[in-house]
Amino acid sequence: MNFEEKLKSGKMVITSEIGPPKGTNIMPHIKEAEGIKDKVDAFNVTDLQSSVMHLGSLATSRLLAERGLEPVFQITCRDRNRLALQSDLLSASVLGIRNVLVITGDHTVLGDHPQAKPVFDLDSVSLLKVASGLMKGKDMVGNELDGIPEFFLGAVVNPGYEPQELQIMKMEQKIEAGARFFQTQAVYDLTSFESFMKRVLPFGAPVLGGIVLLKSAGMAKFMNKNVAGVNIPDKYINMMAAADKKDRPKVSISIAAELIKGMKTLCSGIHIMSLGWEKYIPDVLEASGF
Amino acid sequence: MLITKVKEREKIIAALRNKNIFVFKCFGCKEVYFPEEEIDSLLEEAGVKNRVARVDYLCREEFAEKYYKKYENILKDAEAVIVFSCGVGIQVLAKILPDIPVIPACDTHYINGFQGLTAQDADCQQCGECWLNITGGICPITSCSKGLLNGPCGGAKEGKCEVDKNMDCGWVLISERLKLLKEEGALHKKSTNIRDYRLIIEGGKRSEE
Repeated sequence: MNFEEKLKSGKMVITSEIGPPKGTNIMPHIKEAEGIKDKVDAFNVTDLQSSVMHLGSLATSRLLAERGLEPVFQITCRDRNRLALQSDLLSASVLGIRNVLVITGDHTVLGDHPQAKPVFDLDSVSLLKVASGLMKGKDMVGNELDGIPEFFLGAVVNPGYEPQELQIMKMEQKIEAGARFFQTQAVYDLTSFESFMKRVLPFGAPVLGGIVLLKSAGMAKFMNKNVAGVNIPDKYINMMAAADKKDRPKVSISIAAELIKGMKTLCSGIHIMSLGWEKYIPDVLEASGF
Repeated sequence: MLITKVKEREKIIAALRNKNIFVFKCFGCKEVYFPEEEIDSLLEEAGVKNRVARVDYLCREEFAEKYYKKYENILKDAEAVIVFSCGVGIQVLAKILPDIPVIPACDTHYINGFQGLTAQDADCQQCGECWLNITGGICPITSCSKGLLNGPCGGAKEGKCEVDKNMDCGWVLISERLKLLKEEGALHKKSTNIRDYRLIIEGGKRSEE
């Protein structure tokens, strides 16, 4: 079963992510993914994450596909105009990549090349619509394609974002434009996640709840201050602060497991953003009862 | 320099035929070309005689405040205000009248050369396809750091843009304004907005399509 079929089967689906390196040294990342491929159903490949110049998402997605791992090709609107975006979607298709996660993207000034021209010719909603059009054999101005790509399109949603209404309306627009699954920003508050899921359940699109493994109390505080929609409760920050450095992974795993157990009954899967801590994913899943 | 062109004539006439509207036509600065004759013929065709204010420099908040005071009695009960001006004038007026729909009747196009002098908080990039009628009079291109046309990106924290914590998220402002106007349904739209960059590349020299 592929990623789409697994989501349709109603099985709890696990995705994780690979952040390609700055440079060509990709093999350690691929090996890391191969090491956990029995536990993870698909791997998101980030597209110049945090607007920092990295090896590309498309090439990395292909390297995963070649090895029998299922990639989710992330594509943002930050760096390419509508011609390049459509072309890269066609390229993904001929490289055997089906799952595409469409994102607007962080602003260029947040990354390591703040001098760059921010593109944003399209946004997440319009690019989803364009990708849906390609699947019907037409480019965005209506020209016929010679060979039609097939995608399983996804998008992101941020359940903790305020005002939540704006995320809900954007989610509806993304579904209308062709999104068939959603992955969320990191969730730390199960009560608000539950109320969010109640709102979006009628939309019928599977949602994979996001988990970011906390590495330290400092990281948690930084996220609370800077990451939209993230409010990590004090109890988790205190748990991380009280732990010795060597015990932090253990504490982090137990926090993630508590959240995953809570989310399991509410949504269709879990998306684990491990930020370099891929090696702990099997432990997280085991502690969560997978 | 910039040039304004009247939006779809039939739609504007239909809007002008509503009883409880008020019209501002700004012919204020030398830097801007306004299609004055066309506007007057439109008003005539729609039968609008009273309830029209011919003003200048609507883009200047202190002037706009004075115009508001002058017409306050009528404006208070207006269902909508239809504005013939550049994008800045519309935004300044929308800020003064946050709970009345302020509808642009013109698109603002760019033409090469000298720019206007009245720099203000509100900004118009002269995109040539004014969006202010669907965004509560707040420009999504100049108030959103990514210029997004289909809602916010999800990067704003506590209403502030991911680019700069001192900058309001334009889409949060737009949603608040639409709520005030009881038009928040406009956010749950099915259509997708995509810009046409020909309108700025070819600018005001472009012939009508």
